[in-house]
Amino acid sequence: MNFLDQLLSHAPALLVAIPLLGAFLTPLIGRVNDKLRNIFVIGILGFTGILVILLAQQIFASGPITYVFGSLDPYVGKETVIRILFEIDALSIFMAMIAIVLSFSAALYSWAYMEKNTGLDKYYSLLLLLTVGMLGMVLTGDMFNFFVFLEITSIASCALIAFYINKVKSVEAGFKYIVVSTIGALFVLMAIALLYGQYDALNIAKLADSITFSFVDKIALVLLIAALAMKGGIVPMHMWLPDAYSRAPASVSLILIGTTQAGLYGVFRVLFTLYGNVITLPTISMGWALVILGLLTMLVGVIMALIQIDFKRLIAYGAIAELGYMFLGVGTCLTILANPDITLAQAPFAFEALKGGLFHVFNDALDVGLLFMVAGAVYYATKETSLNRLGGLARNMKYTTIFFIIGLLAISGIPPMNGFASKLLIYESTYQLNPILSIIAILSSIMLLAIFIKVFHAAFLGPKLPQFDTVKEVPRSMLLAMGFIAAFIIIFGLFPDLIVNTIVDPAANALIDNAGYMRWLIGG
Amino acid sequence: MIANIPYLAVVGLIIIGLSAVIFKKNLIKIIIGITIIQSGVNLFLITLGYREGSTAPIWTSSPGGVMAFPVPQALTLTSIVIGVAVTALMLSLVIHLYRHHGTLDVRKMGGDDQ
Amino acid sequence: MLDMFLQTFDTGNGFWNPIVWIVAFVVIFLIVVIIRGFGNKNYKKGTGQTKAFLSGNQEYEKTQMHVKASNLYWGWTESMKWVIDGLKKMHTGNVSDYVLWFVVVMGILLLCVGLI
Repeated sequence: MNFLDQLLSHAPALLVAIPLLGAFLTPLIGRVNDKLRNIFVIGILGFTGILVILLAQQIFASGPITYVFGSLDPYVGKETVIRILFEIDALSIFMAMIAIVLSFSAALYSWAYMEKNTGLDKYYSLLLLLTVGMLGMVLTGDMFNFFVFLEITSIASCALIAFYINKVKSVEAGFKYIVVSTIGALFVLMAIALLYGQYDALNIAKLADSITFSFVDKIALVLLIAALAMKGGIVPMHMWLPDAYSRAPASVSLILIGTTQAGLYGVFRVLFTLYGNVITLPTISMGWALVILGLLTMLVGVIMALIQIDFKRLIAYGAIAELGYMFLGVGTCLTILANPDITLAQAPFAFEALKGGLFHVFNDALDVGLLFMVAGAVYYATKETSLNRLGGLARNMKYTTIFFIIGLLAISGIPPMNGFASKLLIYESTYQLNPILSIIAILSSIMLLAIFIKVFHAAFLGPKLPQFDTVKEVPRSMLLAMGFIAAFIIIFGLFPDLIVNTIVDPAANALIDNAGYMRWLIGG
Repeated sequence: MIANIPYLAVVGLIIIGLSAVIFKKNLIKIIIGITIIQSGVNLFLITLGYREGSTAPIWTSSPGGVMAFPVPQALTLTSIVIGVAVTALMLSLVIHLYRHHGTLDVRKMGGDDQ
Repeated sequence: MLDMFLQTFDTGNGFWNPIVWIVAFVVIFLIVVIIRGFGNKNYKKGTGQTKAFLSGNQEYEKTQMHVKASNLYWGWTESMKWVIDGLKKMHTGNVSDYVLWFVVVMGILLLCVGLI
């Protein structure tokens, strides 16, 4: 028991250290045996997952944890000591759960899906590095550290997107991704430098405490929001996303969802925590900006998805549409917070909107992830991605079809799947801000259903086509990964109250509760 | 006024870099644009930590007097290292693109579908 | 423990209970099955009764009957052509344009925070 306590007290550091160590051990183990390497990677991610769950229990029970690298005493005289903090509250651990669920199922899925490729040692190394990047981004409490993890994520995911190096389109997608994300990251660094120059601090809590919303702060805010929203794939900065998602291997697309959501996490963190103290200043109309970007994202996403013919590209546009819901939910909350005439207690729907937005982050990761895995399975079995040439697969691939139906129902928000619960929260709360918002949200949900019905019809229904006569069901490891995510979807759908109360509610509270995040400044 | 010149240089570098990325059609020039933005940001970080007439922040062999603030320099060093990795990755991808298309002009590569 | 699982999901202004929904779904399904049971069973297999009727036209081969993905929602895409064409023009697939959009959004956000 003592060992477990020891482990738990260092869990924040271990969450990053273990996959990082694993990433560089993987090529060594890969020299011994391929199967051993796969087991090793899955084991590392499984162990990290267990640590996340243990840490989550502790955080939900007793509030945010501050883990210090360096000097324990925050002040020497009056000067703040330079040190790196991991500041983990309920929102961070919520995002960490998403990241670890996605990367665990991706590793499981890769076992069979990537089996026939060469260079798998590097593939698994990069996969673990990507996990490190995502976990680091959501766990850290230090702006510069955030930038470093952001860059780790973009480098690792760029290399993974261009994994099929012999296909020119994948290389192109990788190049576009690295250009876009590097420029985004450089603007983030610029914003960090602006804040650092003013307040002599890199720590998010310290910065949030001293921020005054001066001229330079406004510029920094714009740079951070624009760059992180670009990493999150918000329209009109979304164009890299369909390229990257559709050209990467399916298992990589699955984790890329996690990286885009880590970008969104950055947006939320900056708006609610870093600028949390000045959010009520009347000049700030960021809430409406977020809402309008969200609406644009939904509409452009669904319209573009409807006309796509490539399976994975279509899902990528569907994923963009889903990102709009999160911005809509969170933006609604921000408009109320930023309005000096109304307090949060007078408008309880704002908090519900925030809960809906955050719950949708998890749901979107699961739904889109499952659909990408199905697309990968179809590609694995038929070597075909064009929906125009597919057909009648339901006759040969029964389990895959069932998983696709689950994903279809979940993404379009049909009860009793998980998408419905979070979308209901968003519809009902945005209706009270402005009815048009929820009308557009429901409209794009209907469009999403139409889009995926089209895929279902084109790929799975219809007569058996002669060229797909010999198609077999995909291997067990891929089915297992799909089942893992599908089980989450069904559990989240059947017991939404349990999930919202145990993990989403604390996360939303943590986002609003600024004083809780800055607790270490006061001492505690 | 003279103290503001580095900041003006930073803004100038970033704008030059961005316009290179947006308006140049050669992939290598796009990468050069990115590295120019990078230099601009790095210059900004270094300028933040500089005091007039200061020496390098090495405690053990300092001649005394004002020292530059070391933290921005540490940040810049990290940023440069990351920049090298990113540039190498981008150039290696461009090599592959060149092998396929035989050109570095974006217009001749044929963009992705929609 | 069971209470916790069966709790109704409170959305602030309404509520939602998936278990009740599923029970209702099952009941409706049973009713449908019962109604279906009253149907006429004495049709003859293999005769014209069970064949598809395409306004008197000849039926195609099974493999040619499948409607391809790009033919679905044809009417909708045709009537929304002006939107779709505009959007397609926006997605040039050129990375310079992606960065240009980023700069544009930064400009708009600068307007939002009231700097320009």
